[in-house]
Amino acid sequence: MNKFEIDNLNLYYGDFHALHNINMEIKGKEVTAFIGPSGCGKTTLLKTLNRMNDLVDGCKVTGKVLFDGEDIFQVQDVNLLRKRVGMVFQKPNPFPMSVYDNIAFGPRTHGIKQKSLLDEVVEEALVKAAVWDEVKDRLHKSALSFSGGQQQRLCIARALAVKPEVLLMDEPTSALDPISTMKIEKLVLNLKKEYTIVIVTHNMQQAARVSDRTAFFFLGELVEFDETSKIFTAPSNKKTEDYVQGRFG
Amino acid sequence: MNLQKDKFFKNGFFCIALVSVVAIVMICSFLFVGGMPALEKIGVMKFLLGTQWRPSSELYGILPMILGSMYVTMGALIFGVPIGILTAIFMARFCPRKLYRFFKPIVELMAGIPSVIYGFFGLVVLVPLVRDNFGGTGNSLLTAALLLGIMILPTIVTVAEAALRAVPESYYEGALALGADHVRSVFFTIVPAAKSGLVAAIILGLGRAVGETMAVIMVAGNQARMPQGLLEGVRTMTTNIVIEMGYATDLHYDALIATALVLFLFIVLLNLSFAYFKGGMFGNG
Amino acid sequence: MVNCFKMQAATTASKVLGITVWLAAGVNILILISLIGYILAQGIPYLSWELFALEYTTQNVSLFPALVDTLLMVAFALSLAAPIGIGTAIYFVEYAKKSNKFVSIMDMTTDTLAGIPSVVYGLFGLLFFVIYLQMGYSLLAGACTVAIMILPVIIRTTEEALQAVPISYREGSYALGANKLRTVLVVVLPAAVPGILAGIILSIGRIMGETAALVYTAGTVAQLPEDLFSSGRSLAVHLYVLASEGLFMEQAFATAVVLVIITVIINGASTWMAGKLMRGN
Repeated sequence: MNKFEIDNLNLYYGDFHALHNINMEIKGKEVTAFIGPSGCGKTTLLKTLNRMNDLVDGCKVTGKVLFDGEDIFQVQDVNLLRKRVGMVFQKPNPFPMSVYDNIAFGPRTHGIKQKSLLDEVVEEALVKAAVWDEVKDRLHKSALSFSGGQQQRLCIARALAVKPEVLLMDEPTSALDPISTMKIEKLVLNLKKEYTIVIVTHNMQQAARVSDRTAFFFLGELVEFDETSKIFTAPSNKKTEDYVQGRFG
Repeated sequence: MNLQKDKFFKNGFFCIALVSVVAIVMICSFLFVGGMPALEKIGVMKFLLGTQWRPSSELYGILPMILGSMYVTMGALIFGVPIGILTAIFMARFCPRKLYRFFKPIVELMAGIPSVIYGFFGLVVLVPLVRDNFGGTGNSLLTAALLLGIMILPTIVTVAEAALRAVPESYYEGALALGADHVRSVFFTIVPAAKSGLVAAIILGLGRAVGETMAVIMVAGNQARMPQGLLEGVRTMTTNIVIEMGYATDLHYDALIATALVLFLFIVLLNLSFAYFKGGMFGNG
Repeated sequence: MVNCFKMQAATTASKVLGITVWLAAGVNILILISLIGYILAQGIPYLSWELFALEYTTQNVSLFPALVDTLLMVAFALSLAAPIGIGTAIYFVEYAKKSNKFVSIMDMTTDTLAGIPSVVYGLFGLLFFVIYLQMGYSLLAGACTVAIMILPVIIRTTEEALQAVPISYREGSYALGANKLRTVLVVVLPAAVPGILAGIILSIGRIMGETAALVYTAGTVAQLPEDLFSSGRSLAVHLYVLASEGLFMEQAFATAVVLVIITVIINGASTWMAGKLMRGN
């Protein structure tokens, strides 16, 4: 089943044409990786999927992105879209509040007030993000007092707490050490049973390890999109081959 | 739903932001409405250029006060600008980190001390000082200028320091690389590059000096006559308003509002030029 | 040889300039120390309990009523100016489009407000609050006047504090489906609280030290106020009256000591708060 269908998408930042005619389908309950050199548009495309690009002044879009068949640029309530399509950022960005308040922020936003219900949601999210054991005794400590890897898993838990269908991850391990990175990758593999995951990464091994399909972008264009095993072993495009073999980027 | 709500709050905050615009408009209009009758009756030229201010004989010329404000302000700049700019250079480029943590709050404290305290200090220290060393009563143009020179220091230092810090580090490094020592690099590359910001600092200090009231009242002697000399008393536009507002009536009252109007217009003009130079500070920097 | 000499000259000039810079900085410290030192040295001996007597008489010239007046005006002015100032800053930083011409005009009015001399505020307060709105010489009129006066201070410091909050907090909140208002009120504003408080403390200092804007709005009555419609003098006005009358110089010194100490405390608190904001991020 296709979760996203991207149809002739063009995106401009003012005069700069950042994405050219993107056409692709992202399947549900799979991990899709976006790879490509810096400035190739992979993060821009990712941020289009939950319309975070709306926040950028002078950003214009043409074309369509269908999410479960509905064009996301036509939706009335962008906040509801963002509830269904969660996001994890490059640098862990917990709010300067307690762990509990961080995780409960989303559910509270969407109307859950009852304490017992909130407790439940918070615990469930932290368990899913594999960080419960590390924080359960310090739920009311500031989220900023944890290590970078823990903070990133808190941010994943925070995203999961609003019960999204999709999780967008923008280079989620680029600021982390190898052990934290490994933990997050394991988590991603676990989470795909329940969620559709799109991950942007600079790290080709990471794309190979965690993703089912990989899309290679170059200069704002989608060069090749196929099963990960194929992209990394027998790419059909010369550019893709050069990139995955580390000849540029 | 949510979109409408967001729009509602955006408009709400916009309305709150309008309050300061409304305030300016009201201040403007009240001064204009209050001051115009006097200007009409006295005549703009007679009001601005008249050398006599004698309410008892219906003479309302504020030239003495305009000149008083100008002289006192110029004097303040003569004292305040060199020290202020040099101090800003010190803080931006010479001050050791440890000393800075102690120095910065000192400048902030100087900015925070109420003008009535400065005025009191002027009254009990500077007035006798001037009297004993230069003669006269001590309540003089010189004393007021000295005191204002001190009072505008923190303004000048703060703005000038920000301007100096806005100069890219590469200018300084470029000069060092050419073999200039620290002092030369600072004075011949950074200071010129920060020129428009430094001018902005001086303008802001000037505005502060022109607008200062209570401190001046306490040391300037306040005689409403053409300035006679450095050691003679002088009255400024601001002090004119405060001294006579308490008992003025009719045309006299209106003439005081008109004085405030002149002062206000002057300050707005200064602010516009400040904005112009401040823009240059980051535009060219 | 000639070259050597030139080098020597250059370093001498540099040395002189360098020393001048240090001297200029020293002048500032000298001024501040002599100002505060002199007032403390002259005033502390005259501090007495009489100065804080509940009732003002021409014998004790108590500063207590003036202190109460000042605090009342601070509280009332802040309750007006803080919401408006913070709201304005929120509009500028979180909502307004920087390219909008009208926004830049509004931005300039803030600078203009900040530049208006307090005596002009005082006159405006007299014309508008005291006479036009018929508040009379009252703490209310005084508080309204200084509320406008501190508005630009609060706007500017709040703007700075909001701008110092990392974009990533906002992104994180939006990505969870929070709307703008919730993002601003629940995530951004709390993170900016220390900076905003620093600004508010700073404006308390401005009100505490204000004279020219209050003489003709709040008036100069030296007794304890009955309510906000009573006339009353602020602490700074009290000092001004004592000093210019010249009859109670000892008490004037003592009053100056109180005012200086309050100023120092307020400045310290503001700096400390602002530092907290820096460390927080």
